[in-house]
Amino acid sequence: MKHETALHNLDQTAMTASQPSVSIKELDLSFGAVDVLKGLNLDIAAGEFLVLLGSSGCGKSTLLSCIAGLLDLTDGQIFINGQNVTWAEPSERGIGMVFQSYALYPQMTVEGNLGFGLRNAGVPKAEVKERIARAAKILQIEPLLKRRPAALSGGQRQRVAIGRALVRDVDVFLFDEPLSNLDAKLRADLRVEIKLLHQQLGNTMIYVTHDQVEAMTLADRIAIMKDGKIMQLGTPDAVYNQPANRYVAEFIGAPAMNFVDGKLSGTKLSFADLSVDVADYPFQSAPGGDLNVTVGLRPEHLIVGTDQLQSAATFELTAEIVEPMGADTLVWSTLDGRRFRVRLDGQTKISAGDTLSVGIAVETLNIFNAATEQRL
Amino acid sequence: MADISYPTDARGAKPRRVMTKGNVILWSTLAVILAYYALPLYVMVVTSLKGMPEIRMGNIFSPPMEITFDAWHKAAFTACTGLNCEGLSRGFWNSVEILVPSTILSIAMASISGYAIANWRFKGSEVFFTILIFGAFIPYQVMIYPLVILLREIGLFGSLWGLVLVHTVFGMPILTLLFRNYFTSLPEELFKAARVDGAGFWGIFFRVLVPMSLPIFMVALILQMTGIWNDFLFGVIYTRPDQYPMTVQLNNIVNAVQGVKEYNVNMAATLLTGIVPLTIYFVSGKLFVRGIAAGAVKG
Repeated sequence: MKHETALHNLDQTAMTASQPSVSIKELDLSFGAVDVLKGLNLDIAAGEFLVLLGSSGCGKSTLLSCIAGLLDLTDGQIFINGQNVTWAEPSERGIGMVFQSYALYPQMTVEGNLGFGLRNAGVPKAEVKERIARAAKILQIEPLLKRRPAALSGGQRQRVAIGRALVRDVDVFLFDEPLSNLDAKLRADLRVEIKLLHQQLGNTMIYVTHDQVEAMTLADRIAIMKDGKIMQLGTPDAVYNQPANRYVAEFIGAPAMNFVDGKLSGTKLSFADLSVDVADYPFQSAPGGDLNVTVGLRPEHLIVGTDQLQSAATFELTAEIVEPMGADTLVWSTLDGRRFRVRLDGQTKISAGDTLSVGIAVETLNIFNAATEQRL
Repeated sequence: MADISYPTDARGAKPRRVMTKGNVILWSTLAVILAYYALPLYVMVVTSLKGMPEIRMGNIFSPPMEITFDAWHKAAFTACTGLNCEGLSRGFWNSVEILVPSTILSIAMASISGYAIANWRFKGSEVFFTILIFGAFIPYQVMIYPLVILLREIGLFGSLWGLVLVHTVFGMPILTLLFRNYFTSLPEELFKAARVDGAGFWGIFFRVLVPMSLPIFMVALILQMTGIWNDFLFGVIYTRPDQYPMTVQLNNIVNAVQGVKEYNVNMAATLLTGIVPLTIYFVSGKLFVRGIAAGAVKG
């Protein structure tokens, strides 16, 4: 039976050439009558940095807990390094986990915190010392080893928490919103450090966050989740430039994408008094006949100023609110009865009430089927 | 809105008025309540330091003209109950022998139960917890006779260990509730982190949770020590005369019907019996309050 499963495994992953580091098959999880995760499949390659992204309640942390073994599955299987770990204890899965609240043991020193897992596993004392020293060196927390967590700053605590996963020499790191409790500056610093750590160690990392900046900057692939389902799984570039559906399009990007209702007949797209020939649009499947669509336009993809000669269509907007943010300026307006945002260069002089001429390029459009909300 | 006056010389912190009507009422009420509790204690201390002739003069509030510790000595070592004339000293040691194992056993069992209910949520743990809490509301009297039979059948009736068992069982509901609420209030991620680190049921309990739980252990310790020390009913029912705890012996001394009523000895004996819980409260007052605030209110 075990042999069969292994073969089955190989079949499925023949495309990615090597065995996936973490593989989730048909995972169901329900609390009572509430289905949190339903029929979820996910393969994560060795050394990959996968980010689970979604708003709160989408099941991303629950999925991570399932991988860690902190929750029992209702149905389905989890494989780590080809082993079926569905029934294994968290400590037997070859994972290290970093929590949002750091979860350091308050009565132990930093050294004690780092060594706790190793001592539980019966690792010889000399090796424990050596591994702690190595992790402390990587994370630059050597001067803190004798201190208690209460005497550390937030950033130092999170470093120790990462160290606790590091000393265990595991193949898979799980991060549960590790930076959410830190202030903005520190968050940016530690984000870079986590990326550096990943490049240094080459471990598989699964990272849960609701922050799209973290997701875009860290991930090899992003899984955007909603209601326990993966809405899109792809590279940061793919989820940003080719969102698979309207939810992803709306979720990724700040300021958020503009949406306008339109109609598509052949390669003729009409919306808000405009008519655009979209023959150059990379359709995933050529639509036939007339179709109601939703057109998505990113505020930063709108063309303003001299470049407008290249645009497929232009239209006029009235600036209603102007938000200068230094590097760029956000202009709020209304198109076809809906809020419409345009991002301008920070040096542009504009104030509320001014008229703004905006151009669009066909290749930056996002066209969704209005009924199914899927990308065309 | 119209009649607000804004003092033009207002600057810095607003001055507080001390002698307001509210404050006077508050402080005088407190003074009366204080006297209500403190006066009897004062009378007891003073009386215990007097000799019998002075007591017969009837001035119970006056301080002793001549301080004597004879009454204290008699209460502790020579007062007679029935045939034995060893004073309260034997009752004291009996009480200690009951108190120490009962306290340790009940706290150990309740903390482990509370931990299991709070963190491991086994099948039926909620039902188990509900039954346990329900137990806290059943009057003791209902269970006295069944317990007598139970102890007789397992051969512990009339022994010290029988009483220890009774105290442990009766301490379980409230203590388990206390510990369960405290452990629930600790961050859940800590427990998860310990599981990822490979600590088991006992490892997490002893090496992660117990070191963090000093306040709640202090509360449990104080509750059990005072409760068990002050117990009279179970002591008189489930033990034999030679194992009576201090409270029962105190009653036998104070309520002796033969001979002269020695008020000074009675007062001294009562104070001696009360010293243990009093000391516990004085020594641990701050920790007790902190623990109560940490565990009992939440959840």
